[in-house]
Amino acid sequence: MSNTLQNNLSAAEAETIKKIKFRNKLIFILRIALAVGTLSIWEAAVRFKFLDPFFFSQPSAIVDQLIVWLTEGTSQGPLMYELLITLEETVLGFLIGSVLGIVFGVVLGRNKLAADVFSIYIKMANAIPRVVLGSIFIIIFGLGMWSKVALAVVMVFFVVFGNAFQGVIEADRNLIANAYILGATKRQVTYTVVIPSALSWILASLHVSFGFALVGAVVGEFLGSRHGIGLLIATAQGSFNAAGVFAAMIVLAVVALGAEYLLTLLENKLLKWRPAQFVEQGHG
Amino acid sequence: MRDMSLTVQEGEFCAIVGPTGCGKSTTLGMITGLNPPSTGTVRVFGKEVTGIDPRIGFVFQADAVFPWKNVIDNVSLGPIYRGMDKELAKEKAAEWIRRVGLAGFEYHYPHQLSGGMRKRVALAQTFINEPKILLMDEPFSALDVQTRALMQEELLGLWSEKKASVVFVTHDIEEALALADRVVVLSKGPAIVKSSYEIPLSRPRHILEARHTPEFMDLSKRIWTDLKDEVTI
Repeated sequence: MSNTLQNNLSAAEAETIKKIKFRNKLIFILRIALAVGTLSIWEAAVRFKFLDPFFFSQPSAIVDQLIVWLTEGTSQGPLMYELLITLEETVLGFLIGSVLGIVFGVVLGRNKLAADVFSIYIKMANAIPRVVLGSIFIIIFGLGMWSKVALAVVMVFFVVFGNAFQGVIEADRNLIANAYILGATKRQVTYTVVIPSALSWILASLHVSFGFALVGAVVGEFLGSRHGIGLLIATAQGSFNAAGVFAAMIVLAVVALGAEYLLTLLENKLLKWRPAQFVEQGHG
Repeated sequence: MRDMSLTVQEGEFCAIVGPTGCGKSTTLGMITGLNPPSTGTVRVFGKEVTGIDPRIGFVFQADAVFPWKNVIDNVSLGPIYRGMDKELAKEKAAEWIRRVGLAGFEYHYPHQLSGGMRKRVALAQTFINEPKILLMDEPFSALDVQTRALMQEELLGLWSEKKASVVFVTHDIEEALALADRVVVLSKGPAIVKSSYEIPLSRPRHILEARHTPEFMDLSKRIWTDLKDEVTI
């Protein structure tokens, strides 16, 4: 009797697992199909003269451009070298900007007076379109790497700062009161209660801000530089090489995806205490 | 809240019942020093409260265990905050976890535990500091009836070992009667002590049996009448 029940249960379980596997496979196939479909339509539209390759390029030309860059190098030097320069600027800007943002966010979030004094200026600074600061940085730091790092820092700082500040403010009052009663000093409360509870806010902002750091670095290179993917785009634009612009975009997209993957790994490691997220049926 | 005067003897288990919003939680906040009174003073052991007294323990109504720490890290937090060596604190924590019946769950995170188990973590977290005064703000109100009864027994067991003074705020008259030496009824705001009942039930108590004694029913009725005057407008 119980044996048949067991069998029924394991059959139902196997059935469910099969359904989930099938769904995952379906998603994978649909994703590939969408990419292949879009690219084929693009390629066909150019071949059949619906689109002008001068403006819109075509997938095959972009692939050719990438191969040329990879094998023969770009006009400025090997592709890998250019990419490394941009990556270095991005990562440095990202790290410096995040650390500054977290430190300022936590300090201001924990200190009401400082928050009241600084908040108006931070709001003002945040309202400036920060990309224009790039020109100032080029004047100050010159055409080298540091002007791009500075721009990336500025792009990242405000996002991370805002989130860290909000996360600190929204830390659970009960948990803070509990820590004080258990005997914590203000400093211990900051390190063991406030920062851990702000961490999910901070990590969420890091996802967005890596993209911002990349924008900062590339725009900085655009404005004036000797190396980097941004310069590659500027050069391609100057010679009306649409395929070059698209190819550089693809390189940047790959970098951004890789960073996103690493950040998700970090997030899962740091936030392993969180309960599994609720997934809505049919939308997950 | 005005002219409220309440004295709790050392080692006494005092329950406070009163209509909602009459200032029960505020009273506890004043005793801890978390929210100081706007005027007047609170004295603990004859000394005015100026900050958070290390001899006080507080069990909150809501979940106040730290979700990013596992059970043993949660429980050992108090001693670590107070400067105890980490290894020692963990040993002590393991002992308290065993006492509240959570042995084997040391490395679980709070979200992996049930509400009752999280309350046990909160109790261990508080008791490990060996408080002389234990304040409890409707600690079991979020639990289901069966778990609540179990936790009440558990609390009496833990308390009888250390005999701290307890101020237990609740809206549940039966809970107050079952646990306390004295039940204080507060009136609706401005809160004043309306009446105070000594509970003649003997200790150690068996809560489930105590509930059915005539004294218990009689007291329950009298407190109900007191409260009814306050609740009805």
